[in-house]
Amino acid sequence: MSEPSTGVERRHLDDAPVRVVSARDPLRVRLTNLLARRELLTGLIFSDIRIKYKGSALGLVWSMLSPALTLATYFLVFSVFLKNGIPNFVVYLFSGLIVWNMFQSAVSSSTGVIVDRAGLVKKVSFPREILALSNVGASVIYFGIQLGVLAAFLAVVGHAPAWGFLWILPISFLALYLLTASISIVMSAVTVYLRDVRHLMEVVLQLWFWVSPVVYSYENSIAATLHSHGLANFYFLNPVTLIILTFQRIFYVATTVKSTTTGATLHILPTWPMSTYFYLNLGLLAIMALVFLVSVTIFGRLEGNFESEL
Amino acid sequence: MVNVIEVEDVSKQFKIHHERHQSLKEKILHPRSGSTEVFRALSHINFTVSDGETVGILGRNGSGKSTLLKTICGVLQPTSGEIRLRGSLAALLELGAGFQHELSGRDNVYLYGSMLGFSRKMVDAIFDDVVAFSELEQFIDTQVKFYSSGMYVRLAFAVAVNVNPDILVVDEVLAVGDERFQAKCIDRIRHFQREGRSILFVTHQADQVRAICDRAIVLDGGELIADGPVADSLRVFREHLLGDAPAPGAPGAPVDVHIDAVTSPTGSFLVRHGTPLHLDVDVTSERAVSGFFLLEVFTRGGLLVSRSDVQASPVSLVPGTNRIAVEVAELPLLDGVYEVNLGVVDRPGGSVLAWREQAATLQVSYDGRASGVIELTPAIRQ
Repeated sequence: MSEPSTGVERRHLDDAPVRVVSARDPLRVRLTNLLARRELLTGLIFSDIRIKYKGSALGLVWSMLSPALTLATYFLVFSVFLKNGIPNFVVYLFSGLIVWNMFQSAVSSSTGVIVDRAGLVKKVSFPREILALSNVGASVIYFGIQLGVLAAFLAVVGHAPAWGFLWILPISFLALYLLTASISIVMSAVTVYLRDVRHLMEVVLQLWFWVSPVVYSYENSIAATLHSHGLANFYFLNPVTLIILTFQRIFYVATTVKSTTTGATLHILPTWPMSTYFYLNLGLLAIMALVFLVSVTIFGRLEGNFESEL
Repeated sequence: MVNVIEVEDVSKQFKIHHERHQSLKEKILHPRSGSTEVFRALSHINFTVSDGETVGILGRNGSGKSTLLKTICGVLQPTSGEIRLRGSLAALLELGAGFQHELSGRDNVYLYGSMLGFSRKMVDAIFDDVVAFSELEQFIDTQVKFYSSGMYVRLAFAVAVNVNPDILVVDEVLAVGDERFQAKCIDRIRHFQREGRSILFVTHQADQVRAICDRAIVLDGGELIADGPVADSLRVFREHLLGDAPAPGAPGAPVDVHIDAVTSPTGSFLVRHGTPLHLDVDVTSERAVSGFFLLEVFTRGGLLVSRSDVQASPVSLVPGTNRIAVEVAELPLLDGVYEVNLGVVDRPGGSVLAWREQAATLQVSYDGRASGVIELTPAIRQ
């Protein structure tokens, strides 16, 4: 970049790096371009959030109200009305919901990020993946706020997390981020060609929610049934499941509890040792990193014809 | 001299959908319905821009000018070929395209800057200049949705030129803003040139190319048909415009009119200031046609000295060769070399029937002490 100074001798362009615009940028170039524009990414994240709450008196508080209401509803339905007997069910719900909220809010809105900003995409040059990533970025910020609220809540009720497991959280979160980003990137591009994907995604996400152990306990509710049909492994093909289980293990802690209604012993979470959680999360992270690279490649293929479709 | 832009064998194709089936149901039910036509917007374009050069791109609507610029800026990907860029680039493609209506002017300056690829720190450093240049001091903290279109464009232009890019790409943006702001923009572009930056400039206006550019390229139907000195490219551009212009008055067949030769009765284009200028122009026409004669005089530097009043010079051409005499009673031009362009148009404001760029080069000699382009001879009284 040039210095903002005048004077004819200011530049030595002979040594300036050469940028190449060609039909298909190799993955390495796409990634360096993305990295080079992180300031645009943060700029877009914060401008989006500001625009969203511009002129609203409560501002970011609104971003908390919807998750809070969801949490209250599920608590009432499952713990109070249906009496699932899980003690501290709010903590269990909360630790799973923050994972799900981040995934769901980013993926469901990702389908529109390119289509809704067609004007920008057709007129300004920047790596288009940034639009999807900034959308995920906003979800990360809401996730951060919710995590803070969860921590405060735990402190208030005096529920200690599993301190020894806490260091797995960043690995698990990074896997969640890459998963969310990959799906968002691909979906934002696919929607350009197939506008139905927008509505399809809403349905898929609803199904996805119920195959993830957020409002029920995997071990307690369906593990036995799935095992008897030999489907347990399929359940774990859902990458969100492992992340949710890890968060629940970290914040809810107990794997086996006494039912508050019947007094029977309930298996809530897998009784894996810490190393299993670690290796599973590490494996997931590695897979997600690969998936992310694939998603950027797919985006690059689809990007070439955006202008004929937008 | 290092090349800042190298365009190598660049082609761009668009798919044009005649019947759009964008929903899943329609795609499944009619997988092949709705024809898709491939449109070649650019084919095998090659050219380079070296450091410090100002290059104009000329072409009619739909000739691929904007596609070429967008491809160079990276807004579009070429279908094949490669573009290599050295140094930072700022594009004025569609001013304000990156603005967020809900944000203030201040926020948009930062966001737009980062969209152009400049860091927050760099925008910090130039922020005051941007505001001063745009003359929006009072409104910088107002949401841009309340801006007038002129204010909008001024702010965007101010950002793009103040980030001091090595390469500035300008797409017909000078048509916006009031005359004073346009003059300011041209001024800034000249300043850029003096600093040795490179400019790529798209316009319809031949005068702007003549005034600003060192070189011009001409696109037609996605192909590069000329690349060279401004005068040569302008000639190609004008001839091409004629080639396909529909003949007015006579539907179908274009009237074939040519300006063949320009001669001077004295045998030379050396003229003394204040003496009559006489040019004989031979125009051949296919058939009888009436039109108007047009004369343009430019300095070597590309400054338009005069364009004659078309309405005052009707001509009736007969089939075959016509001799048209052009006379200026007392040549007001001062010492220097002037280019003369001649043309025949069908009606004032109508189409050009024939055009000849640099039909003659005048050498004007002048013995007096006045300087400039023309003599005013003001009467000074006390």
